[in-house]
Amino acid sequence: MNDAVTIDRAAALRVAASPIATLPLSLTINGEARTLEVEPWTTLLDLLRDKLDLTGTKKGCDHGQCGACTVLIDGRRINSCLKLAVTLDGAEVTTIEGLGQPGELHPLQAAFIEHDAFQCGYCTPGQICSAQGLINEGHAKDRQDVREQMSGNLCRCGAYTNIADAVLDAMEKQA
Amino acid sequence: MNAPHKVGIGTPLARVDGADKVTGRAKYAAEYAVPGLLYGVAVPARIAKGRIASIDAAAARAVPGVVEVMTHENRPKQAWLDHSWKDELSIPGDPFKALHDDRILFAGQPIALVIAETFEAARFAASLVEIDYEAEAHNVDFDTSLGEKFLPAKGMRRNTYHPPKARGDAGTAFDAAALKLSGEYRLATEHHNPMEMHASTVEWRGDGKITVYDKVQGSQNTQAYLAGAFKLSKKDVRVVNAYVGGGFGSGLRPQWQVQLATMGAILLERSVRVVMTRQQMFYHAHRPECTYEIRLGAEHTGKLTSIYGDATTSTSRFENNMEDIVTWGMMNYDCPNAEGHYTIAPRDTYTSADMRAPGAATGMALFEIAIDEMAYEAKVDPLEFRMVNYSETEAMNQVPFTSKALREAYREGAERFGWSERAPEPRSMKEGRELIGWGVATGMWDAQFSKTSARARLSANGDLEVASASSDIGTGTYTVMTQVAADTLGLSPDRITARLGDSDLPAAPVEGGSWAAASTGAAVQLACRSVAEKLFKAADEVEDRPLWGAKSIDDLDFVDGEMVLKSDPTKRVSLTDAMRAGGLDVIEVEETAKPGLSDMVSMARKARNTHSAVFVEVRVDEELDQVRVTRVVNAVAAGRIINPRTARSQILGGVVMGIGMALHEETFIDRALGRWMNHNYAEYHVPAHADVEDIDVIFVDEPDPEVTPLGVKGLGEIGIVGTAAAVANAIYHATGKRIRSLPITIDKLLEVAP
Repeated sequence: MNDAVTIDRAAALRVAASPIATLPLSLTINGEARTLEVEPWTTLLDLLRDKLDLTGTKKGCDHGQCGACTVLIDGRRINSCLKLAVTLDGAEVTTIEGLGQPGELHPLQAAFIEHDAFQCGYCTPGQICSAQGLINEGHAKDRQDVREQMSGNLCRCGAYTNIADAVLDAMEKQA
Repeated sequence: MNAPHKVGIGTPLARVDGADKVTGRAKYAAEYAVPGLLYGVAVPARIAKGRIASIDAAAARAVPGVVEVMTHENRPKQAWLDHSWKDELSIPGDPFKALHDDRILFAGQPIALVIAETFEAARFAASLVEIDYEAEAHNVDFDTSLGEKFLPAKGMRRNTYHPPKARGDAGTAFDAAALKLSGEYRLATEHHNPMEMHASTVEWRGDGKITVYDKVQGSQNTQAYLAGAFKLSKKDVRVVNAYVGGGFGSGLRPQWQVQLATMGAILLERSVRVVMTRQQMFYHAHRPECTYEIRLGAEHTGKLTSIYGDATTSTSRFENNMEDIVTWGMMNYDCPNAEGHYTIAPRDTYTSADMRAPGAATGMALFEIAIDEMAYEAKVDPLEFRMVNYSETEAMNQVPFTSKALREAYREGAERFGWSERAPEPRSMKEGRELIGWGVATGMWDAQFSKTSARARLSANGDLEVASASSDIGTGTYTVMTQVAADTLGLSPDRITARLGDSDLPAAPVEGGSWAAASTGAAVQLACRSVAEKLFKAADEVEDRPLWGAKSIDDLDFVDGEMVLKSDPTKRVSLTDAMRAGGLDVIEVEETAKPGLSDMVSMARKARNTHSAVFVEVRVDEELDQVRVTRVVNAVAAGRIINPRTARSQILGGVVMGIGMALHEETFIDRALGRWMNHNYAEYHVPAHADVEDIDVIFVDEPDPEVTPLGVKGLGEIGIVGTAAAVANAIYHATGKRIRSLPITIDKLLEVAP
């Protein structure tokens, strides 16, 4: 397609055929210490979903543009699709599964249900983790702050007003 | 004694699938753990038209972990006839068949699937597949394609397409009109962009049997489609879509990832998962681009005398996607003369598709901008203008509605919004550096009903399961089913399990068109009534026959797990006692709800529609022309509301997508390369938290026992219809700038002097 680039096919084949070595990785995931062997090109998101069956964390774009993959690393919210897992040795990861489970819901999870702050549910774990990150940051004081600081989390079902209600509700309860 | 607490139709029950969704337990298509799973990554075509001259997959195959590179040369056999590739919602033309042959029909077309032990290896190897093309001249530009626009012959039209039906003489009336308006109105291409990317996990169960976890709006549609396309026996294909991360129409028809994953599984006799990338999501379904020529004639009083519309929408070169664009304005307004025309224009892209309120979202948005313009021409308040031209009947086909509470929607919406405070002159309201504008528009959509079956199974302990192969794409169908069952049998929702999204369940159509709540709800009610009849019969065996005197279940109330004699509420039998007395371990029935049922009059003789009145406030930065939608009131007339909480969310979602249509959403195509340029969430802006401020939803009272068995009209689509026009009209009121092309981006506003 691009005529300006010429590829040395033999070199490309050699590179392609090189095996990918794994690296050791220690993580605490939802309170549980894990020792893993991970290929360096694996993102935290793919590690969670494909290797650890923690599929509550969602893939919506794989480019850090939608926020569906938001998890908490040492209490801070990040896009897990933009983080290579091997760079997180020793970190504490909290995913939606670690925030709460049916029967013992986290206040944000309960508020999301109460305010009908989702429809299809696909962006929801990311919204909730992001909201907890926002609360931890402590910068959001009012509705406008919440709207601004939650704007990294897209919701195509358009539940935004209900999400803002749920986050404000949980903020008050956690304050 | 306290009144019995009954959850039923009309209760704002919290979503029954809520706990699964907020804890991450809800499983979507790419999330089922399947042993020995392989990952497939598609290789997209780099040209828009031509053929594949050669494929060199050596480098890709050399990557450790790569199992296969599947192309048109080594794929498993496919059905040859187009007929075998038709799905429930197929449109005339040749359905797209991935890896069928060496032809390239659109840029981004999947032309190879790299299958590997890990996703990372497959993704890397996909970048190494070398393809030589023989390119042919293509056209992806909509304006250029208008040179080839056509109206398909009757047999080549979508069977859901309704040709415009003229009345009077629109041309003569326009020439004679005191007030005239004419212009070209435009809508850009939009992409559905559900948050979950299209994905399929195909589990190989051996002996040619597969279970397909698919991101689609209809499990049985995918099942029949895969059986037809890949010559499988339908009983060997089970499709599961228990949770669907949004659809908006993009999953009405099976998409190409399910073709690839299924072929990969057949070829390797192993389980294969294929997930589209967000970029690849732009190379399938999208809302067609539209141009709409509108001419309106009116008297000085604002009474419309002539409506003329001529619209063209984009399609692909291989299928005829058609929408009703011009009919909505002709149906909605009382005007003696109306004429409409419609054509489609082919371009070398994937086929355009239904996206939330297909046709109406586009047609009403553009028409309602023209109506607003005519109101200003006539110097009549835009809301009053709509009252002056209000039609009690469906004006195009001259038939009555089963119900139409649009007048009430206008009134209640205006009151809530404070419309009477509006200063009529454009650019007359201001606060700080922002101009304020108030706009109104009308929405209209079909109230549809589709044949649907449901099963109800009551266990001896009083637990009930209701099930149908329909889907819940975020619409609340699980919750609606639970409520209808609770209402009919008087059970607490926590004793009820609703099941959806599995081709093994009773037959249901694709979820779409806003028909799921009305149709699935009616089927569940029928099944539960059959259960009730069996319980009533069994109650005869209860000692002393407490329900003696009741002739049928209509003489009973079902409440708190008991059957209660209406004429004497002290006489009651619990459901579990009745089952025990009747010697029943379980009661299981399946029923089918069909159009024409019970009180539904002949489908042809009356129009069945939802309506809405949308009021919008915008604030526009006077110097920068940056637009904020600060307030929306959407008053909806949609018959009976099963669940006010989830119903409100449906409308909120439609309004948000309507804001996107008005201000943000536009997919740009590169004419030379034939590719979508802004094919990601960073450059295709869908409304974010910061874009959405205050939205108020009103459901006006509209009892309608005729429209569907439950009196339900459906809500999935009406929320978007009219919203974009109300925003555009508010922008005009704020700025005095009339933009006839959506989305109204800052550049368009800056080009126009106030």
